[in-house]
Amino acid sequence: MATREEIADILAGFALFGDLQTPQLLGVAGLFDEVVFPQGERILRQGLTGSGFYVILEGSADVIVDGTQRATLHRGDFFGEVSILLGEPPTADVAATSPLRCIVIAGPAVEAFLVAYPRIMFRMLQAQARRLRNANRWRS
Amino acid sequence: MTPDPRPFPPGDYPVIVIGSGPGGLQVSYGLRRHGVPHAVLSADPSAGGMFRRWPFFQRLLSWTKPYAPEVRSAREYQRFDWNSLVAEEPELRSLQAEFMDGSSYFPSRPEMEANLAAFADRAGIEVRYGCRWEGTAREDGPDGTTYLLRTSDGEYRTRVLVLAVGVAEPWSPSPPGIEHARHYADTREASSYAGKRVFIIGKQNSGFELASGLAAWASQIVVCSPSPAKLSVQTRSLVGVRARYVQPFEDNFLGLGVSILDASIDGIAHAGDAYRVDLKRTDNGMSMSVEADEVIAATGFTCPLLDLPSLGVTTFGQAKLPAVTPMWESSTVPGIYFAGTISQAAQGLRKHGIPAYSGAVHGHRYNGLILARHIAETRFGVETPRPSLAEADVLGYLLREATCAPELWHQKAYLARVLSVSAGDGIRDEGILPLVHVLDAMDRDVIAMTVEADGTGAIYPVVYVHREGRTTEHPLPGHPLLDFATAEHRAALAGALGSILPSYARAG
Repeated sequence: MATREEIADILAGFALFGDLQTPQLLGVAGLFDEVVFPQGERILRQGLTGSGFYVILEGSADVIVDGTQRATLHRGDFFGEVSILLGEPPTADVAATSPLRCIVIAGPAVEAFLVAYPRIMFRMLQAQARRLRNANRWRS
Repeated sequence: MTPDPRPFPPGDYPVIVIGSGPGGLQVSYGLRRHGVPHAVLSADPSAGGMFRRWPFFQRLLSWTKPYAPEVRSAREYQRFDWNSLVAEEPELRSLQAEFMDGSSYFPSRPEMEANLAAFADRAGIEVRYGCRWEGTAREDGPDGTTYLLRTSDGEYRTRVLVLAVGVAEPWSPSPPGIEHARHYADTREASSYAGKRVFIIGKQNSGFELASGLAAWASQIVVCSPSPAKLSVQTRSLVGVRARYVQPFEDNFLGLGVSILDASIDGIAHAGDAYRVDLKRTDNGMSMSVEADEVIAATGFTCPLLDLPSLGVTTFGQAKLPAVTPMWESSTVPGIYFAGTISQAAQGLRKHGIPAYSGAVHGHRYNGLILARHIAETRFGVETPRPSLAEADVLGYLLREATCAPELWHQKAYLARVLSVSAGDGIRDEGILPLVHVLDAMDRDVIAMTVEADGTGAIYPVVYVHREGRTTEHPLPGHPLLDFATAEHRAALAGALGSILPSYARAG
């Protein structure tokens, strides 16, 4: 269980929200909903439309493509943004490997959210750049 | 001494339901239909739950149309009636309209209370009123877990506990001085706010219900929370402040006595005969203060789960909802189920950000029936019918469901009409089930039909084909008048079903 204040405190420790002051963090916390998933449940489903953008508060989850585990996500990691930005269904399942607590914002609300908080957009861009660099390293 | 005339004295029962609001009544009705013996306990003196007191301004947010395209006794009419409980017997269906005086299609609170009491009475639902659940213990024995309930009337034991106690415990945040604020639940009669400056904390429906209702009395109204309000007409869903309460937004934009602020509250302090509310603006972090004669915390409610967290029931969110399975069973303590508004804890896929509408009667009444059937089947071995369907009838049947089924319309992308397909059993109607349960827990090949919305205003049917462990999603076309039984829909559905029903593949 977490109040808006508690969620804002947790977000303050995550890189994605690292540039925000307390009143802004409280505002951001109010835009998201808290959700929990038991171990084993899927949060994103490969090929199904309409998913959201998630930030992990507690627990871990596997990224699974066509039944093969590709990565593990932990506290502070986020997922779901790629399919929302591209307007396509997720290309992977994300399944909880422990009881998982996240905050989520709906796909249709993500653009307005990022435009309202450009520092979060910048941090997200940095994270994507890192992922792209790593993917390119693996290829070469 | 006269014997206590109330049913269900303390003792052992196969199932115990706690609560006599719409959630408890609906589950009890379902359990009776399946012949599952159970006790219903309620702290209240009569049926109705929260509608015995609220909404504060005595008019519901959810409507019932006395006149609709379908007759009142038909299942299809439920699309136009958000407030009645649901039943198989035509004479128990859609009772709300009978109690409405025609002044509004939003029933008054007393009309809703009368509707619920009439359902309990006519369906013969027995409740032990005036019996308050006070605590719980868990007894693990060789044959499984038993729950011991301590109540104001004595001790009860059961293996299956269904809690329909509402999301009803007033909750307030904790800035310094919050004790100067009244909670929404303790708002006084409206006329007592005549000429006062009222500061309302919270931008949910309850905050804007107060802002609307007090507009005729208060001299100034400020509504404040850190995040901007969402409006249902903007989210094109039930997410956000409902259309009934939009007037304060217009007043705010016109500068006419209502101010809506995005700010966090640093504290509330006495300032002479009034209060000073210290704020920090969300947009720029600047401090500001507002003077008010009254401060009201319209900050929501939590689940009154008493000591269940100490038994291992995990909760989440500001409302302290229990973490549950798609069938509304605690995901950490098996044997404890949730009905009524708490069933919103099973969130479903939330496709396009649109949640299940289980926080309201028109959504959770169907969850209650599904839960009763699930308990009857899995805990008591009751076999419920799964009628066969001819392959040639599948298209017409599913498209009629997509056009008319109230379960699919009120619980979009959450509840589905489900057909199972197997070589041995042919095509069987599995009934209405939660979509997540269908996709994750059913070990058969199935077809699931839903009605969905994508947040742009579009409403359209979606068929899921779940075959050999893989799910494919097939959105069907929309229709300007929401008729999903056209030739275009038949063709699209036939194409989607080709992989699971061979005759449609051949036809295609």
